[in-house]
Amino acid sequence: MKKLLATLLLGVGLAFGGLNAVAQTTTEAPAAVAAPAADAAPAADAPVAAPAAEAPAVEAPAAAAEAAPAEEAVKETVDKGDVTWMMISTILVLLMVVPGLALFYGGLVRSKNMLSVLMQVMVVFSLIAVLWAVYGYSLAFGGEGLIFGNLDKVFLKGITPDSLAATFTAGVMIPEYIFIAFQCTFAGITCALIVGSFAERIKFGAVLLFCAIWFTFSYIPIAHMVWGTGGYLFDKGALDFAGGTVVHINAAMAGLVGAYVLGKRIGYGKESMAPHSLTLTMVGASLLWVGWFGFNAGSNLEANGGTTLAFINTLFATAAAVLAWCVGETLGKGKASMLGAASGAVAGLVAITPACGTVGPMGAIVIGLVAGFLCLWGVSSLKKMLGADDSLDVFGVHGVGGIVGALLTGVFSAGSLGGVKGDDYSIASQLLIQAEGVVITIVWSSVVAFIAYKIVDLIMGLRVSEEAEREGLDITSHGETAYNR
Amino acid sequence: MKMVSAIIKPFKLDEVREALSSMGVQGITVTEVKGFGRQKGHTELYRGAEYVVDFLPKVKIEAAVDDGLVDRVIEAIEGAARTGKIGDGKIFVTDLEQVVRIRTGETGKEAL
Repeated sequence: MKKLLATLLLGVGLAFGGLNAVAQTTTEAPAAVAAPAADAAPAADAPVAAPAAEAPAVEAPAAAAEAAPAEEAVKETVDKGDVTWMMISTILVLLMVVPGLALFYGGLVRSKNMLSVLMQVMVVFSLIAVLWAVYGYSLAFGGEGLIFGNLDKVFLKGITPDSLAATFTAGVMIPEYIFIAFQCTFAGITCALIVGSFAERIKFGAVLLFCAIWFTFSYIPIAHMVWGTGGYLFDKGALDFAGGTVVHINAAMAGLVGAYVLGKRIGYGKESMAPHSLTLTMVGASLLWVGWFGFNAGSNLEANGGTTLAFINTLFATAAAVLAWCVGETLGKGKASMLGAASGAVAGLVAITPACGTVGPMGAIVIGLVAGFLCLWGVSSLKKMLGADDSLDVFGVHGVGGIVGALLTGVFSAGSLGGVKGDDYSIASQLLIQAEGVVITIVWSSVVAFIAYKIVDLIMGLRVSEEAEREGLDITSHGETAYNR
Repeated sequence: MKMVSAIIKPFKLDEVREALSSMGVQGITVTEVKGFGRQKGHTELYRGAEYVVDFLPKVKIEAAVDDGLVDRVIEAIEGAARTGKIGDGKIFVTDLEQVVRIRTGETGKEAL
């Protein structure tokens, strides 16, 4: 981020003639010319203070700063189209969590635990949102550390409506507030995803405490390492457009470790634990698909051609994965199921997440097909091998799909396979970097999660009592019933 | 007086009701029930988990009738509920000691 923010150079004594040459913007550039920035603060940290009244829509200051190299002296502009798209994207990601993910998960549990899952998803998201504002954003995007950012922006200190964040195009900026909000929804959905692994048996308080700890020591550092300027994997060139490692592998490992640490649900493998409403699961999966356009295409931070690439990939990969899952089920068990189609959609969405910005539409379809088949294997054969009661198959879908996506991103980003990378792109060396990102995420998240579960267990215990589990968490943890007759 | 109760396939309920009311049965009670008999259940598959569903949904109807009507009631239910396939259900007949119509206080046959 700092590097990005550094492009917000506060100019002192601008040479406008030179500026106009580089100002390629669709906004009212000429209007900005009259607006000199008076602030002489050092370029690195300072959020841009908008030049007084003259040109509020356009950030004039770009500039000819003291030590800055000439090529960074690009004019900074904020486009209303970008800002609008980012606000819509943020809302779409929120739609993925509540109600999307909540319903997807909720339909999969027994009716006596419906509300507990809805509650865990909604409240975890809310908790992480507040923590994000307090310290999460600063630690993830506040500095150029190898693993963490810094604490310069705790409580969103120093950020104003005029503060800007960089996009992938030099000089094109978006307001920092929407960047914070957009990233906030990512942190929130990642923690909410974990809920699926230990559903139907965990204490409500334990969920919240665990998520707070894991968010701080796993989500934030992985997000910074992958997306933050100076982050270890970012500097290595790992490709993770919208969060295959940061969101999906990260959450899946925390979930899988949780399934082991908490143990199996009472009656697992003996009693029927059939989903209570696949209708709601289908509704949830569909909302996830819709919302995922914000997640993936929004990750481009602008509304341009690259955004539409992520958009179209999100459409095709998902459709391919739905088909693959249904074919796999038909070949294996003779019937294609609604749950299979819904799971296939999520698997495809997960797999295309890291790839959506750099692969072509045909690459996306292949990624979707592979993810559909492999995640089906993940929730059946692999699940049996692992021997953990991962209640709602967070690992089988998000873990397997995330790994498939992260690795195949390295393959299909190649220009020869329809991706956007040029001739100097080496599939083999990129695959190695992708694999490194996957392994780091797996190990890091697992270790942090294990320690976090143990801490929570010591403080308040993880599991509800056997009686409470049998009666259902809706009544015993929340004092209400999902379906009254 | 006899109490005739029958377990039938749910989709046969309307036919049975028509057959009974057309022959003068004044009222029946219907309950949705589950159970097992010789008809096998089925298996359901949710991702990797397979569950055997032993209890199948059925409908139970109960009719309190006068002794003279019992045979015809049984015949009517049989005729209307039969598909000839396994799982058509069963009819149980038991003695009924007393009947009271709550509104009027009538008892016995008068209350049927």
